[in-house]
Amino acid sequence: MGGDRPILEVRGLHKSFGALEVLKGIDLAVRKGELVFVIGPSGSGKSTLLRCCNRLEEPSSGSIRVEGVDVMAPGTDINAVRRRIGMVFQSFNLYPHLDALGNVTLALRKVVGQPRAEAERAGQQALARVGLAEKAKSFPNELSGGQQQRVAIARALALEPAILLFDEPTSALDPELVGSVLAVMRELRESGMTMVVVSHEMRFARSAADRVIFMDHGLIVEQGTPEKLFNAPEHPRIRDFIASIEH
Amino acid sequence: MQLERLADTFFNLQVMQQYLPKIVEGFFVTVQIALAVVLAGIAAGLALALVRAFRIRALNFFIILGVDVLRALPPLVLIIGFYFALPTIGIRMSAWVATWLALSLVLAAFAEEIFWAGILAVPKGQWEAARSTGLSFVQTLTDVVLPQAVRLTIPPLTNRTIAITKGTALGAVVAVGEILYQAQTAYSFSYNPSPLVLGAAAYLILFIPVVYFGRWVETRFAWKR
Amino acid sequence: MDQLIQSFFNLEILSQASPILLSGFWMTVKLTLVVVPLGLAGGLVVALASTSRSRLVRWLTVIYVDFFRAFPPLVLLMFIAFGLPFLGFDPGAFVAVALSFLLNTSSYYGEIFRAGIESITRGQHEAARSTGLSGPQTMAYVVLPQAVKNVVPDLVSNTLEVIKLTSLASVVALPELLFAARQAQSLTYNATPIIAAGIIYLVCLWPLVRLLSRFEHRQIALH
Repeated sequence: MGGDRPILEVRGLHKSFGALEVLKGIDLAVRKGELVFVIGPSGSGKSTLLRCCNRLEEPSSGSIRVEGVDVMAPGTDINAVRRRIGMVFQSFNLYPHLDALGNVTLALRKVVGQPRAEAERAGQQALARVGLAEKAKSFPNELSGGQQQRVAIARALALEPAILLFDEPTSALDPELVGSVLAVMRELRESGMTMVVVSHEMRFARSAADRVIFMDHGLIVEQGTPEKLFNAPEHPRIRDFIASIEH
Repeated sequence: MQLERLADTFFNLQVMQQYLPKIVEGFFVTVQIALAVVLAGIAAGLALALVRAFRIRALNFFIILGVDVLRALPPLVLIIGFYFALPTIGIRMSAWVATWLALSLVLAAFAEEIFWAGILAVPKGQWEAARSTGLSFVQTLTDVVLPQAVRLTIPPLTNRTIAITKGTALGAVVAVGEILYQAQTAYSFSYNPSPLVLGAAAYLILFIPVVYFGRWVETRFAWKR
Repeated sequence: MDQLIQSFFNLEILSQASPILLSGFWMTVKLTLVVVPLGLAGGLVVALASTSRSRLVRWLTVIYVDFFRAFPPLVLLMFIAFGLPFLGFDPGAFVAVALSFLLNTSSYYGEIFRAGIESITRGQHEAARSTGLSGPQTMAYVVLPQAVKNVVPDLVSNTLEVIKLTSLASVVALPELLFAARQAQSLTYNATPIIAAGIIYLVCLWPLVRLLSRFEHRQIALH
């Protein structure tokens, strides 16, 4: 039985950058354990949607609730909320001055307040989960792109969030490194993590996603199971889009 | 009550009026020296960097040595040295020349380093491409390499130039009639610090636009690290 | 040639003057050890102020920095040394020097730190904030460590300038190296002390210059 309350609830989300309206009213509910895949042409607002969820971008209007907590409310402790939302960035954004373990444990030590030994144990576990236990002492510039991204995933995982947001996690990787990151994401899904992924990796979506959402010009055009969206979408635009990506 | 005394002491209009002409005189002297320093220093620095581009070992050794010395010595020491030490071996110069020479040499040294680093930063491929189309060494230097190098050098060069031209105030130590000297003299005649305030204002009028110009140049030619 | 040695490298005069020169040297060292840390700390405060969310604070910071970068340090020193007594307190030469240097160097160091902070990409801020680190925590544990490391060459360069700046203190009769040299010169009617002071500065500062030269080349090349 899935969770009663959606982990993430977005209602009527609008976001404008100056005169440009990027999100024109998004409604989305993500249940516990779901892997939601968001696809669409560039400029459709996919990244912005993700970044509004943890308030890296300030929504212009609408509501966002994570585990029932209103992210936008003035009284909300945004730092506490962000511990419940993990984010993985296209450009990894690892801290170059800290080694892998340091990257993973920083928030544990400073935000959660764990003592160093405890944090490092949790950090090692997270690194092991992404298959990089032996790289704990390596610095980001000593790691390949795929390894760096996996450390970034471990960094988000270490806080044991309720939901993980992936913003084009493999777009900046050389093709042969993509597989290692997708494998980690697959394993996370299998273990029941709730995930929202913005990506062009259609094959991964076909095999791992519970739901696929197609966005265009700031709106959700259609959503459904991968079978439906990829094989029999209602909007022909979607078929064309997928065809163009998969070539 | 206190405020009145403050105004009387530091903003005494009578005293200011009395010595304003002197301060204005000093203003022009400051500008004079500053311009002379900038022209001489940058020209000399560029010339030295170009000479260095010919890679003549013996010359380079002296250039590097001279530049290092000029970057390590405080400008005031140089001024004092030129004005007070040199006469003892027969080389005399006016205080104005001593100040100008010292500051120009220092600017030349820094400018040379900056220009040289800029020249070095232009990729070797540029030289190779230009030479392979038949351009001579000098042509390559002037038409291909220097234009690119100069762009890189403008931000650090502007900063350094501004810093050094503020050194014109050091001329006051050897009685060059620039702003500080005039203000100081006025202060000791009148026992009132208002001329110092006037002098400060004169410097601000002169240098605040210069600093803003420098900022503008920096952003215009900025490169990301 | 002989005259050169007599006037500039006179060993007898040198041995006469060496006590004064030595004490001047120590005063310069003392001054440096006070002024540089003060300036660095002040600069850090200024740089952090420039990142404040309050527009007023940012604006005031810009004014502070532009003002003290435009103001020639010698003029500032004279102002404080001769002007302050009129306000009722006479801080003495050392404090006047320290105060004017603090004001001047904190703006230069401040600009260096600020440029360093600004060079840290937004991605770093976002990654840190997305894990729940607060703004101040992000600054302290993620941004500043990287920013400072990035600007070490500029910090060293400015520190070199500050050390050279100490020679200005001679103008307000603080008995540092240059003042000592000038005193010795007027007492002995011989320029050797000045040359000696010059050589002392050279010996102490030349290694720093060499180090900086290496940095500079790397920096411009990495554009």
